[in-house]
Amino acid sequence: MGTSLQVDRVRCEGFGMCAELLPEVIELDDWGYPIVRGGLLPEDLRDLAERAVEVCPVLALRLVPPERVRSALQPRSLAPHTVLRSHGGG
Amino acid sequence: MLATAPSSTIPANAPQAATLPPAFEPRLLAGQLPSAGPESWEQHRSRLGELPGASARRAIIATIERSGLIGRGGGGFPVGRKWRSVAERSRRGAVVVANGAEGEPRSAKDRALMHLRPHLVIDGGLVAAQAIGAEELVVYVGTEHQEAVRSMRRAIAERARRELVAIRLVEAPRGYVSGESTAVVHYLNARDARPTFARERPFERGVGSRPTLVQNVESLAHAALIARFGDAWYRQAGRCRTRGTALVTVSGPVLAPGVREIEYGLTLAELLAMSGGATAEIGAVLIGGYFGGWASVEDLWELPLDPIELAEAQLGFGCGLIGLLDAEACGVRATARIVGYMAAESARQCGPCIFGLGAMATALERLATCRPVPGDLENLARWSLQISGRGACHHPDGAAALLTSGLRVFRDEFDRHQRGSCAHPTGPVGG
Amino acid sequence: MSESILWYATRGAGFVSLIMLTGVVCLGILTSVRWQRPGWPRFLTVQLHQSVSLLSLVFLAIHILVAVVDPYTSLGLAALVPFASRYRTIWLGLGAVALYLVIAITGTSLIRNSLGHRAWRVVHWLTYAAWPIALVHGIGTGSDAGAVWSWLLDGACVAAALGATAWRIGYARSARAERERALPALERR
Repeated sequence: MGTSLQVDRVRCEGFGMCAELLPEVIELDDWGYPIVRGGLLPEDLRDLAERAVEVCPVLALRLVPPERVRSALQPRSLAPHTVLRSHGGG
Repeated sequence: MLATAPSSTIPANAPQAATLPPAFEPRLLAGQLPSAGPESWEQHRSRLGELPGASARRAIIATIERSGLIGRGGGGFPVGRKWRSVAERSRRGAVVVANGAEGEPRSAKDRALMHLRPHLVIDGGLVAAQAIGAEELVVYVGTEHQEAVRSMRRAIAERARRELVAIRLVEAPRGYVSGESTAVVHYLNARDARPTFARERPFERGVGSRPTLVQNVESLAHAALIARFGDAWYRQAGRCRTRGTALVTVSGPVLAPGVREIEYGLTLAELLAMSGGATAEIGAVLIGGYFGGWASVEDLWELPLDPIELAEAQLGFGCGLIGLLDAEACGVRATARIVGYMAAESARQCGPCIFGLGAMATALERLATCRPVPGDLENLARWSLQISGRGACHHPDGAAALLTSGLRVFRDEFDRHQRGSCAHPTGPVGG
Repeated sequence: MSESILWYATRGAGFVSLIMLTGVVCLGILTSVRWQRPGWPRFLTVQLHQSVSLLSLVFLAIHILVAVVDPYTSLGLAALVPFASRYRTIWLGLGAVALYLVIAITGTSLIRNSLGHRAWRVVHWLTYAAWPIALVHGIGTGSDAGAVWSWLLDGACVAAALGATAWRIGYARSARAERERALPALERR
């Protein structure tokens, strides 16, 4: 039932409105692009998150089920078969 | 390089005979010598026999899973599991892409394999096609690897009419990211080799909107042998926890650089011996390619070249590139060259990659030429963390990881450069 | 008497619509150039842009409704078909064209989520056609074309729209230059 926020990295142009509306979950990097805190979106922020999705001028923000979130590269300390890299196609 | 005693680097005339590994049977490169060129279909069939019939091949996924075969494109993802996830989504009409783009500039193993053993690669593609219910096999070869292109084209022409699967060759555009899975699919769909951020991954919806398996050519070649000889045979090779053999590319100051087939678990010492020994003192090693990381030579010397062992040491096997760095070469300059290259090769789609990786490359260039701006070193560490995981593909992550390993292994050199001087101002160009 | 009132209402609503549409264009451009001030976050600009555009539709509707029912000009519904009216055919026709463009632009914006960003964007570019067409329509159909205040009003709207557009072009140029500067050039052997 929970959701998470996901940024479409190709579409995102660094408008930064999402970070203005949801500073608890999104902050901007040195160049104005969003860094989304991982994990489930707190339920009380749901309305604001929906507004942020609406307001993004390039529709780069999405609410997705948590298992669908494309997350960061996993740290090397994990065994290789759990390291998921799309580069090279395996 | 390291400010420690010279005995921490490897002298060029270190005893070699004692560290030559016991001979083992090559598998992918079994058959005629590389100097004899591509193996023809005649030779391939007389050496290995025919592929098992269709009915035997349907059970192949379980065999591949039992073998423990992991991907050879750099990710090391279990091949059987990957095939199963595509097979589950396709009735028929899936697509297999044999990924021979090999965008990593100093890795040469995929092109060597495609050049010398094209039929093994095709066999692997056919086995995968049978397993996942695909009627199309696309062989995606980097356009800059013309020897491999010619060899594969000839082999495909020999096989095309005799197989139920439609086989075609597509030349991949030059570029580091053109071998990334979503970039491959994007190019085959729309002639645009840039990664995408679609909701669905290639195994769900790829070429022509069909479930697509993008698999490295070396992985497919191993699968072709497993299909003939079984998983128990495959598991006979390998010294440590990872079973099997792998192709590696050795580059740098050795007598005989180039592509070799090794058993997983071989040590760097043994690999150097196999490569004729070092021709200069080695200071550090780039392991896994630009998408891997730096390791100091002491950390790596006796460490088995096994993905699991390497991962536990915070390193990675990657695409099997072992790049040796001369002890007289400047680690900062070598790192700056690599990150600069990776920055130039950005697909330029995502802000963090364009601006973050760009800023890193610029700061590194300043550090490399000993003209840093105050704060460059601290910013580099901070930016690496900031850009990781924030591109549409893992390109910025790879660059960040490489930089982080460089900051660790060449710590002293970086500090020195931040203060404006270099320990190897006239050293050879490395990296 | 009542005819005059309706005519005044039409022209009044027309001018207000033009002013509001000019405002909408400027707010849209302010959004693109990421304008902000302490205390005025960027999301406020885009939300104001959306609100004002909907409000301008109201005034546009009044303007058209009154014009259509006005017995003095006896435009009738032919006014809504581009270039079908007998009264000032061309100028009125342009008004109808501008109306449909505005409907397309606002309509696609309302269903932006299902339409997808790319299609929405293509239609939204039509703003740069819709606004000048609306302006020309106003100048051509207005019966107070000689009055100073109408020229001043039109002039102010043109100045605002041109100024904002120039800002937009400048921003796009510098953003592109910044992007190009960020990464080293590709070296292909």
